[in-house]
Amino acid sequence: MDLNAITERATTITAIARELMDEAKQLDTITKKIIQAGGNIPQDPFVMGLTVFVLACFVGYYVVWKVTPALHSPLMSVTNAISSVIIVGALLAMGPSSSGISAFLGFFAVILASINIFGGFVVTQRMLRMFSKNK
Amino acid sequence: MSESFSSFLYLVSSICFILGLKGFSSAATSRSGNLYAIFGMSIAILTTLLSPAVTHFQYILLAVIIGGSIGTVLAKKIEMTALPQLVAAFHSLVGLAAVLVAAAAFYSPQAFNIGTIQHINTASLFEMSLGVIIGSITFTGSIVAFCKLQGLMSGKPLQFTKQHMINAGLGLALVVLTIIFMATESTFIFWTLTFVALTLGFLLILPIGGADMPVVVSMLNSYSGWAAAGIGFTLNNHVLIIVGALVGASGAILSHIMCKGMNRSIINVILGGFGSDVAADVNMPASAQSDKPIKSSGAEDAAYMMRNAQNIIIVPGYGMAVAQAQHAVREMVDILKNAGVRVRYAIHPVAGRMPGHMNVLLAEANVPYDDVLEMDEINSDFSTTDVAFVIGANDITNPAAKKDKASPIYGMPILDVENARTVFFVKRSLASGYAGVDNELFYSDNTMMVLGDAKKVCDDIIKALKESA
Repeated sequence: MDLNAITERATTITAIARELMDEAKQLDTITKKIIQAGGNIPQDPFVMGLTVFVLACFVGYYVVWKVTPALHSPLMSVTNAISSVIIVGALLAMGPSSSGISAFLGFFAVILASINIFGGFVVTQRMLRMFSKNK
Repeated sequence: MSESFSSFLYLVSSICFILGLKGFSSAATSRSGNLYAIFGMSIAILTTLLSPAVTHFQYILLAVIIGGSIGTVLAKKIEMTALPQLVAAFHSLVGLAAVLVAAAAFYSPQAFNIGTIQHINTASLFEMSLGVIIGSITFTGSIVAFCKLQGLMSGKPLQFTKQHMINAGLGLALVVLTIIFMATESTFIFWTLTFVALTLGFLLILPIGGADMPVVVSMLNSYSGWAAAGIGFTLNNHVLIIVGALVGASGAILSHIMCKGMNRSIINVILGGFGSDVAADVNMPASAQSDKPIKSSGAEDAAYMMRNAQNIIIVPGYGMAVAQAQHAVREMVDILKNAGVRVRYAIHPVAGRMPGHMNVLLAEANVPYDDVLEMDEINSDFSTTDVAFVIGANDITNPAAKKDKASPIYGMPILDVENARTVFFVKRSLASGYAGVDNELFYSDNTMMVLGDAKKVCDDIIKALKESA
């Protein structure tokens, strides 16, 4: 094989290799873009929260329409009790990285939420017992 | 505990809450529904306590003991007739707790992973403002509702000049303040925002009258849910968002049902002022009405008529709750039932001061669940009923709602008591009902008015029934 032929062959191979490299680079950027886009949607906490919120609204809508009108008062007191799950936030406010004022606000919020949780569930229980004993 | 594991537990807790509400679809499953809800709450609290971000257990325990004992004592001691104001008071606490948690998050954002002081994420600032605004409105609005229900404040609609303009102005101010707050993160703006929202809550409920309270209480119930959801967004906590949405939806549906029961739009209720001066110009002059003869009757006559009736429908209203007459009513009905009379109860959706108010009072008095029927179930039976016994109700039986297009209650669904052969009205006076509309049924030939306190009248009827037995 003469030298010329070898050089020609090498040049072709180099050109092909370069093309391949370029293609690989393009693929890489596209993949990165896809990963970015795909990874971002579930990572945005607001969008995630909104998804959960809207779905929960629908669940609430269908569940509550099924509630018998006779039990509307207990329904109100039980929803009042469970909305005090806000105590979760109050507990976090008393955490180690909170400042004094936040911890104090948290302490007060825990008291209020506890009044509601205990009061709400107990009064609901009281009402429901009246309904069931009259069956 | 890893973050994904606590998220999983929060999911379990949310499912328990949903199953809990589902249990309320029938009286038979409602108690297990309540237990599901309690279980869900316990999981949510324990999960939070086990996270490394929570310390100071001794203070938490102290706060829970203080709050828990106050709540339990209140719930055990409360008279069932005072239930609406208890629920209103509880709503106000949720509102205040939401404001406090939002404030805590504002002062220590690092504790909630939403940034550092002066560098809170803009989205979190927005969510925080929402939580504060809805929480504040719920707080002061519920306090006004409580005062009206408890009688600390007149149940009459309190109107003042330019009320709608002022409220609209405050609403606009809230939008502007939120935008400024998101841009500046200023402590002063935060508290101004809170203050304006507190004022708005107060002014919003002030002009709404007593008998619209079923709507108001449901609406505040809904608000307390949205406030919880708002805080859930701030803390990025899904159980809070889910519960907030459930409660918000529940309150909204109840408000809708109550509005339909009065044939009014929610906007009409919120704008307030219903039943203040509408009657004077819309209806016939009161003097013309009062000349009409009424048939007055005593407890003995009522006892005699009911004793000899085949079937009776009792129509209770808020007056029965005020007089605490539910036990006397049940005793009276028991005697009649023993004498072979068929007695049932008809409940109008807006009877009383909160959704389902009458059902709870009758349940308290041991009235069998199956004897108590909703309006749609029983309304057609009035035409075959001998005696309709209306106790402490008025507007919900007024035929003007069907006939008189000029009447402010026109279009409101009513219980068709006028179709019964005889109607007894137990009332303290001939005064018109909440809507300020005269009830033509009082002057009808088949109507007997038994004037007096609901409980005393029932006691007298019981006495008469016993004597004649």
